[in-house]
Amino acid sequence: MRTQAFWNDPRIRAWFFQILAVLVVGGFIAIIVTNTVDNLNALNVASGFGFLQHTAGFGISQTLIEYSESSSYGRAFLVALLNTLLVAGIGIFFATVVGFLVGIARLSPNWLVARLATVYIETFRNIPLLLQILFWYTAVLSNLPAPRNSLEIGSLLMNNRGLYLPAPVGEPGFGFVVAAFFIALLGIVFLRHWSQRRRIATGRGLPIMWPSLGLLFGLPLITFWLAGAPLHFEVPELRGFNFVGGLRAIPELLALVLALSIYTAAFIAEIVRSGIQAVSWGQSEAAQALGLRRTQILRLVVIPQALRVIIPPLTSQYLNLTKNSSLAAALAYPELASVFAGTVLNQTGQAIEVLTITMAVYLGLSLLTSAAMNFYNSRIALVER
Amino acid sequence: MSFVRDTYLVETPPPGMNVGVLGWLRGNLFSSASNTLLTLFGMYVLWTVVPPLIEWALLDAVWQGSGREACLVEGAGACWAFVAAKFGQFIYGTYTFEERWRVDLAFLAGALTVGLLMIERMPGRRYIAVFGLLIYPVIAYILLTGGMFGLPEVETTLWGGLLLTFVVASVGIVVSFPLGIVLALGRRSQMPVMRVLSVIYIEAWRGVPLITVLFMASVMLPLFLPAGTNFDKLLRVLIGVALFSSAYMAEVVRGGLQAIPRGQYEAASALGLGFWQANLLIIMPQALRLVIPGIVNTFIGLFKDTTLVMIVGLFDFLGSIQVNFSDANWATPQTAATGYAFAALVYWIICYSMSRYSMRLEARLNEGTRRA
Repeated sequence: MRTQAFWNDPRIRAWFFQILAVLVVGGFIAIIVTNTVDNLNALNVASGFGFLQHTAGFGISQTLIEYSESSSYGRAFLVALLNTLLVAGIGIFFATVVGFLVGIARLSPNWLVARLATVYIETFRNIPLLLQILFWYTAVLSNLPAPRNSLEIGSLLMNNRGLYLPAPVGEPGFGFVVAAFFIALLGIVFLRHWSQRRRIATGRGLPIMWPSLGLLFGLPLITFWLAGAPLHFEVPELRGFNFVGGLRAIPELLALVLALSIYTAAFIAEIVRSGIQAVSWGQSEAAQALGLRRTQILRLVVIPQALRVIIPPLTSQYLNLTKNSSLAAALAYPELASVFAGTVLNQTGQAIEVLTITMAVYLGLSLLTSAAMNFYNSRIALVER
Repeated sequence: MSFVRDTYLVETPPPGMNVGVLGWLRGNLFSSASNTLLTLFGMYVLWTVVPPLIEWALLDAVWQGSGREACLVEGAGACWAFVAAKFGQFIYGTYTFEERWRVDLAFLAGALTVGLLMIERMPGRRYIAVFGLLIYPVIAYILLTGGMFGLPEVETTLWGGLLLTFVVASVGIVVSFPLGIVLALGRRSQMPVMRVLSVIYIEAWRGVPLITVLFMASVMLPLFLPAGTNFDKLLRVLIGVALFSSAYMAEVVRGGLQAIPRGQYEAASALGLGFWQANLLIIMPQALRLVIPGIVNTFIGLFKDTTLVMIVGLFDFLGSIQVNFSDANWATPQTAATGYAFAALVYWIICYSMSRYSMRLEARLNEGTRRA
């Protein structure tokens, strides 16, 4: 065998290039770090995460947990994080509902409805999200009447200070109703399990839907009545120039939720449509041939297969929505990007620490979601022969 | 006695309810009770949205005027006079007035290049692509910044409007293209170090929102460089955008690489081609053809995302519209809505036509695998 020159050995080459890559990247990072340290020393900026304990000294317009100007930056971070999760949670809920409705409407045999759904999708996904947020905030919500002339929709009140809802207030004894609800949920799980076992043993299951619904609504309602209706609604009242009491959603939150859910719903609708179309006709026909009813075909054959296609891109849309909630920085809705990467960064000047924390939070959310997604995918992946 | 019919009966026409306009209406809109209900609902939606929109945008709109008085009329709709008065700013920002022909020229050259590239049977399409990716950016850079060949310099702080939007989006896509290819190759590499580095880079950028990247580019980037390096704000944003979009580009290219069968690699090796030769001559030409629709989609996303540069203080198309809302001469209740409507229309036309184009390309690429 002819001896090879050592630089032609692929393994040695691979080692060489990898060591080179590590050196280049390491050197690059080292240069950046030394420069940064020099610059920070020259600027006299404090470093480290000690600032999280310092007093923040600024107010936040929407706080889900207790917070005042004398709270610490760490507390402000928590408030901002919760506000991000709040807007993401509400946005995801509405985006999913609207997205599924529009996606199904797009496949409707009704020509008009299908066309309307297409127009919705093509309109909203081709307009930048930031533009939509600003539009709702500046052009729509700010032009609503003052509190005195609020628009009333049932018991909802809309004005230029936000949306007011009656707040449910539980009295002692309401805990029983909540407990009853969870007991009902447990009962339904048990019922399904039992029915499945009987079906396997005897070939005939128990009716599930009506007993489940009865349990879900009946048990809490009966408890509610037995406990003496321990719940009342606190209705917002006009005092002076503003409303007091009730639940209030600030206009920034409304604009964000509206824009985020309308925008993301357009993408979800397309995902739902392609998911349903991915289930071939043969599946439904085979199910019909086996004698399944229409609802059974949908529930047992079509939906599970469509979900397999729908769920991975759907979660990535949820993630996009969460990341896009950072556009609130343009509106001063107090979430992570605007409170922490905005106000806190300006006050402390500790750009590196603040931005690292902010990016780490979003990155953590993304990685968690994709880990969950990978787990789900490995569970539902087609088992092939 | 028997009777044998030797002529055909004249065909009777199908029932009137099943053909023509009536038949179509019955089949598509009123086939059942629930379908009829849906149709009525759809008509109701149309009725609540379309007439007020037309009234606002066309019938009641104010088209001409030199100030707010024109748009303050009782019951006035959209204030298009505002858009007409500020049109120059929306397109060029505060770019020096006498030098705006340079922007026009750069726009025109870019549009021509892209237009020629879109013609499928264009001879020498490959050279046009090379021109678009390598030479055109240099020409556009010289034209827009000036300071050489006798062109007076125009500082980037003056740039704005649609010009800035296009600059950010095209620089983002052109720079991220080679970076994305390298990262995609790295992610599929046999060498663990390359793979890990690429994966970390791609996932880290894809996991954070663009706005934090822009904050980082405008606040942290100056800290990373030796003291005293002064840095253009636009350049900082461009670097941030390019690094960010190269991670997305890498995933698009990786999708194309995955679609190339192993046999292609093996055939290349059998011919004695090395890694770079095989990739440049065999794999990439095939893979990149496949990913053009994906690249166009990335570009659409990037184009919409350029609006975020407004938050770090650059005046792109949306930003320069927004900043004009505070002009006291045009302060009317309809100004904001009109400005946003105009912006939405422009963004929509650009993004929608690009997405149509990418869908057509996709259909063409799938032609070989489609069944009749």
